[in-house]
Order: sequence, then C-alpha cells, then structure tokens
Amino acid sequence: MASIAARRLAKELKEIQTEGCPVGINLVKADNFELWWFTIEVMGESQYKGEVYTLQFRFDGQYPISSPAVQFVVTEGRQAPIHPHVYSNGHICASILGNEWSPVLSVTAVCVTLQSMLASCKKKERPIDNDRYVRNAPDNPKKTQFHYDGKCCPALIAYSIMTDMGSAITDDTV
Amino acid sequence: MSSDYDYSDDDGDYYDEDMIDGTQDDYSDDDNMMDFGGDEDIKVPQKGKRKSYEVDYESLSQSAVEKLIAEDVEYIYSVCGVDESIASLLLRHSKWNKERLVEKYMDNPTSLLVAAGVTLPEPTSSPTQRSAPTSNNSSSRRTTRGASRLLTTFGGSGSKTKSPITSPTLTHYTPRSFKPKSSDPSDKFVCPICFDDAPSLRTLSLDCEHTFCSNCWAAYLASKIRDESEHAVKCMAEGCSLVCPDPFIRTVIGPSATSTEPGQEQENAKAWSHFQELLVRHYVASNKRLKFCPYPGCTNTVSCPSAADKSSLTTIVPTVSCGARGIGDQMTQSQSASGGSGGGGWGLAGKEHRFCFGCHVEADHRPVVCPVARMWLKKCRDDSETANWIKSNTKECSHCQSTIEKNGGCNHMTCKKCKHEFCWVCMGPWSEHGTAWYSCNRYDEKAGVDARDAQSRSRASLERYLHYYNRWANHEQSAKLSLDLYAKTEKKMEDMQITSSLTWIEVQFMKKAVEEVERCRMTLKWTYAMAYYLAKGNEKDLFEDNQRYALLLPSHSLIIHLRLHLRIPSDLEKAVEDLSELLEGPIEPENIPGLRQKVTDKTVYVQKRNEIVLEDTAKGFMEGRWKWNVVVEGFDEPEKVEY
Ligand SMILES: [Zn+2]
Ligand SMILES: [Zn+2]
Ligand SMILES: [Zn+2]
Ligand SMILES: [Zn+2]
Ligand SMILES: [Zn+2]
Ligand SMILES: [Zn+2]
Repeated sequence: MASIAARRLAKELKEIQTEGCPVGINLVKADNFELWWFTIEVMGESQYKGEVYTLQFRFDGQYPISSPAVQFVVTEGRQAPIHPHVYSNGHICASILGNEWSPVLSVTAVCVTLQSMLASCKKKERPIDNDRYVRNAPDNPKKTQFHYDGKCCPALIAYSIMTDMGSAITDDTV
Repeated sequence: MSSDYDYSDDDGDYYDEDMIDGTQDDYSDDDNMMDFGGDEDIKVPQKGKRKSYEVDYESLSQSAVEKLIAEDVEYIYSVCGVDESIASLLLRHSKWNKERLVEKYMDNPTSLLVAAGVTLPEPTSSPTQRSAPTSNNSSSRRTTRGASRLLTTFGGSGSKTKSPITSPTLTHYTPRSFKPKSSDPSDKFVCPICFDDAPSLRTLSLDCEHTFCSNCWAAYLASKIRDESEHAVKCMAEGCSLVCPDPFIRTVIGPSATSTEPGQEQENAKAWSHFQELLVRHYVASNKRLKFCPYPGCTNTVSCPSAADKSSLTTIVPTVSCGARGIGDQMTQSQSASGGSGGGGWGLAGKEHRFCFGCHVEADHRPVVCPVARMWLKKCRDDSETANWIKSNTKECSHCQSTIEKNGGCNHMTCKKCKHEFCWVCMGPWSEHGTAWYSCNRYDEKAGVDARDAQSRSRASLERYLHYYNRWANHEQSAKLSLDLYAKTEKKMEDMQITSSLTWIEVQFMKKAVEEVERCRMTLKWTYAMAYYLAKGNEKDLFEDNQRYALLLPSHSLIIHLRLHLRIPSDLEKAVEDLSELLEGPIEPENIPGLRQKVTDKTVYVQKRNEIVLEDTAKGFMEGRWKWNVVVEGFDEPEKVEY
C-alpha cells in the first residue's frame, strides 16, 4: 500500500507546487511523505481575523485509504486556535478526520474544511472537556476515538482513548 | 464411555463409592482404567439428566450460525421481495430484528432502503432521513459540506469539474476533489484515489457510479473490515451513503478476486474471512440467546436461551463451553481432544473453551451468581492496595523469619531452613491442622468480635474482608500455578512408567487428580466470595434443609456449630489440600501402588464434595434461599444490613 500512498502524495504535492494552495493556505514544508506543515488563515471577517495557525499532517502507509493524522502545531511559539472543536494540544474533533474520512479527500481538501470550520465559529472557546482530554490524550490524535455528536455541542462531545490494551474487559452485560 | 461418570442425582446419595467405575476395584483391569484415564469428560453437560448447577446450551460452529443467517435472509427475501444481498443489508441495519424490519419495510420501503444504504436518497429527500450527509442538523456536518462546496473549485481541475460519472439522480454526490480528468468515457480512466491510469486497470462502482480502481477498493475494504471491524462499509466517495453489498465485497476481495498489487491477494483472503466472521459476530451480538466464544481465534458460538434474560442471572450461573479446546494453532474442535495415550490435552493446549454466558468476570465462577461475583471482583480491585501485601507470593517463616516462596498449590509449607511446618493460609503450625483444619477455614465471628471488641467497626470489617480475600486469593494463586503443576505431574507420570510396571494409561490417575484439584479450587475460591456477602441467618435454613449432609460427615461435634455453607467447603478444602500434597510429594517407586490408591480415593472424594457444594448452592439460588448482607442487583434488598 505504501506505493499508493507515495504515488498519491507525490501527485498532491506536484499539484500544490504547480497550481498553488487555496487562498489562506500555504505549504510550509513537505520534505518527505511522512510529515507536512501548512499555515492556515481565515480570510475575511471572522473570529480569527489576522491570526495564522500551523497545521501538521502525518501520513502512514495507509494513506489515503485511511485518514492522515492532522493537528495544529503547538510548539515553537505556535498556538492552536481557540475553538470548541480544537483542544489546546492541537488535536481536532472533526468527523472528516475520523468516521467520515473518504479516500477521495486530499490534503488541501482537509485544510479547506478546517479553514471553513474556523470561519463558521461564533464564539472562541475551548472544548468543555479540554483539560481532562489534554491530560490523557495520546500523541497521535488518530488514536482518539471522537464521537461526533449530531448537535456538535462541545458539552456533548464524548470520546474514548483507545488504549494499548485493546479490548479491555467491558462490563456491558450485567 | 463418559457415561461412567454420570451421577444419578435423584437420591442425593453422593457417598456410594461404586458410582464411579474403574477407580475402586481391580486396578489391573485395563478396560476399566481406560475408562478412567482416557476420559476427562466429567461434566457431560448435554447427556442424561442435567445437574442443578448446569444449564442447557448448545454449541454452534461458524457455519451453523451462517445457516441461521441464511434462513433470516431467505425469510426477508420471501416476505419483502428484495434479493438476498439487499435482505442481508436490511437485516444488518435492523440488527436482525425481522419483525421490525418487515413492519418498517411495509410502512415505507424507500426510507428503509435509503437508511440501510441500499439505495441513494432522492436529491430532494427530507433532511430527517438517516442519510446523514444530507442532513442539516449537524453543524460539524454542515462544516464538512460547506468545505466540500469550496472543494468544487479547488485543485485546478477548474473548468473540467464536470464529472463523467455523474449519476442522474445524485449530482451532489459526485466526488469533487478527485475524479477522472476527462468527461469523455472513451478516454482512459484515472483512479481518483491512486491516480493509476493503466489501460488494464479494473474499475468498479456501486449504483452511485462512484468509480475507483479495484486495487483501491480492495485496500479500502480490507482496511475497513480488518482495522475497523466494519461490516457495513460505505462507498469510498465523500459523503456517499451507499453500503457495499456482499456480492460486491466478494467480487473485490473474495476467493476469486485477483490483484496486481503485491501481497494484496493474501490481505484479501484475510479480510474476506474476517468479513464472514464479522457478519456472524454481528448476528450473534444482536441475539440475546447467543454469545460468541471469547477465546482468541475461536469462531464458535454458544446458544443458551435460559440465560438470555438478565433476570435469570440471580438463579443460575450459566457456565458454558463452545466445544473447542486449546488456543491458536493448537485449537481443536473435538470434545474428546485430550483422550488417548499420547498425553495430549494438557495445560493450555487442552484447555476447554469454558466461559460464563452471563458476564465477563471469569470463565467459571460457580457456585456464585454473576452479580455477586462481579461485586466481589470490584471490591477486590477497589481494595487492592490494602490487599496487595497479602497477594504477595512470599511470606516469612513464623519460626525463623526466613523468606519463603510459595511455588506449588499446596498449603502445607515446610521451611527449608528450619524445617518448621506451617499452613500458608493462617501461618499456624501444620501439626494443628491435621485434626482441626476447619479452624483455618472459617471466620469465627464470635471469637473475632470478642478479640476485636475494642477496635473500630471499620477495622473489623476490613479484617473480615481480608479473611475471605486471603482465602480467595490463595486459590487464585494456586490456580495460576496449575500450569506448573501440570508440567511437573506429567514428568512424574513419565518417571512412574519407568520405575514401576504401570502403563501410560494406568498413570492417568495423576492427571485426573490434578484436573480435579484445579476444578475444586475454582469452586472453593468463589465460595469464599459468596460467603463474604451472605447474610447471617442463611446457615439456619441451610442447616434444616440439609440435615443429611451433617449425618454423612465425619462426626466432629464442633462441625455442627459451623455454618453449613462453610462446612462443606471446609471439608472440601481439607481434602483438596491433602490431594494437592500427595501430588506434589516425592514418589518412592515402592509406594506407587499405595499412592495410586490414595490419590484415586481422594480424587473421587473431592469430586463428590465439589458436586455437593455446586449442587447445593445452585439449588439454593433456584429456591431463592440465599440472602445477602448487601444490596445485590436483581435480588430483594437485605432486611437488615450487617457487614
Ligand atoms: Zn485506485
Ligand atoms: Zn458512492
Ligand atoms: Zn471457543
Ligand atoms: Zn457470570
Ligand atoms: Zn524457618
Ligand atoms: Zn491454617
């Protein structure tokens, strides 16, 4: 599968380099097929006017069959945007990065989706469970199983962290 | 031949030694020994009269469940008039509830078909339908969709965004970000996922006509099935709600599917068989009467209708077995796998796939019912810090203070340094145990209360807990060491054949004894958990109900004063430790016949005692005789809470 991933990422990179990124999005680095960085900025009137954030993409051999690991960079002086679906460690609760991922989505498509997620934000606030989540969060956000609540009210966003134990004993029957 | 071990339980006479063939009389009779040694099938759950501590159940292979699935599919096919692959998707969507499915289908076939991912929603479909991508009630989805709209102009495909694969009914489901670059179908196809454009490329799509190459489909299906255990895999296009029907999956990753990607065919085969298993698991999980065998790699199912209802778990302990033994490559389906003269079926390889149909607490927690077993384990977890030191495998000799490690199942410890003999459980001198074992095995409440008079109630309750926990953990620990004991015993059996004239068959009594010890330890272990929660006063009823036991027991007058529910186990406890010690002791060639006699007698004895404990406790549950000192799920509240 690595061959699909490499071919696909080469093609996406070439397209970015020849045709440029969508407005407000800029490629920072893409030295290999494992880690790419973009800056992202919301154009026009929004809560985030004038703010620039950095998005990190991590790819494994399964891309694009399974989603890349996407998060905001929170090191080297960079911050994660304050948003009800963005945790302070940079992890993002967005369904297209999880159960609604489709292999036809591209890296820039993800950037645009997240840009529009920021643009539609009415009130700058952290997810209600931010502290609890950040304390226990795995390094790779893909290891978190976010549950995307239909109402998408932060208070109702539940998640579980998949542990290495896998199927820990569940007390579901009695 | 296993019928030799069937007990008749109609007269309650467990003391007739002749009930078990081949153990008491002529040991040179090889036929008898064959019965004894070759047969480990003591439980015989499906044969003859069921014991009160057993439940009726049936083991089903994967293909047997697949037959049940096929029957349901056939039913929906005939009632709703949809073809099999659609019927299967509808059933899975409806969690195999046929009645509700038919009802819904008759009510509004279109909406059910759309919800199950069989057909696409009409472009103007109502936003309340389950086809979530079109619904507007989710802001996150709105976000996604909003972005998708943006994507239509993204990527430089600009003027060429007209898709050649646009479905007439569903223009907005066309993938936007990646699609064939040309609108001319005669032009060569470029897979929108991997960008492969080889002329030989095989392409596939569902009814939505979202077309991708077969390699991408295969990788996607394998990933969804294998990594996400998803049996309802949706189309790869963004937001498309169609679910891949079984024939489609078969085409892509089924046995006849070929692949140009290296290694993909193997991956396909694995994913295909995993998919079959997922369907069975989903069917089983949707049916309360069924449970999938929890042993790794096993695909059997157990049907146990009597335990389907949660309320039954206050009266029965549904211990079941899927019929297979062993784990991984060594797994066997046959019931008599460990028979024969090869000594196979020992330890892990011969481990029966036994599990509790009612809970995940432990494979076999008889005689105590699931809610109590669960409560006990939770308490042990919560109190583990206090109890940790007890669990430790080492103790100090009470005589010379040197550290002693317990390395076998027997409680009779001898200090290597000073030769002091003592009991592992109570640390008291072993000499006192020969005549009064029970004093170690019971919690003398009166004496305890007196002694702790000045102490706080919480301290007393902790000590009470530790008393039971200590004994519970001791058996737990011994059971963990049982694999070790198996190995040691096997070695002894080999030695015995060399140093005596006994054949392999004739030394099977050792194996039998080890198995019986393990079984009894399980019972004893859970009896302590049960005793901890039993309300005072239970012993009275028990005592009246079971006078006969008292008459049959060794005539220690003290015993009469003990709680009966502890006395029987107490007697079993002693017998098990005796047997354990016999098994772990050195074997002198000249004593082998005597040892054989002793071990065999003890085995028969503990087996019967174990039966009594299991039978009596199970009957007590069915008669509602057991009362608890705490609130237990499903039971009446205790009248008066005493710790
Ligand atoms: Zn492809
Ligand atoms: Zn589709
Ligand atoms: Zn099994
Ligand atoms: Zn249970
Ligand atoms: Zn000593
Ligand atoms: Zn003792």
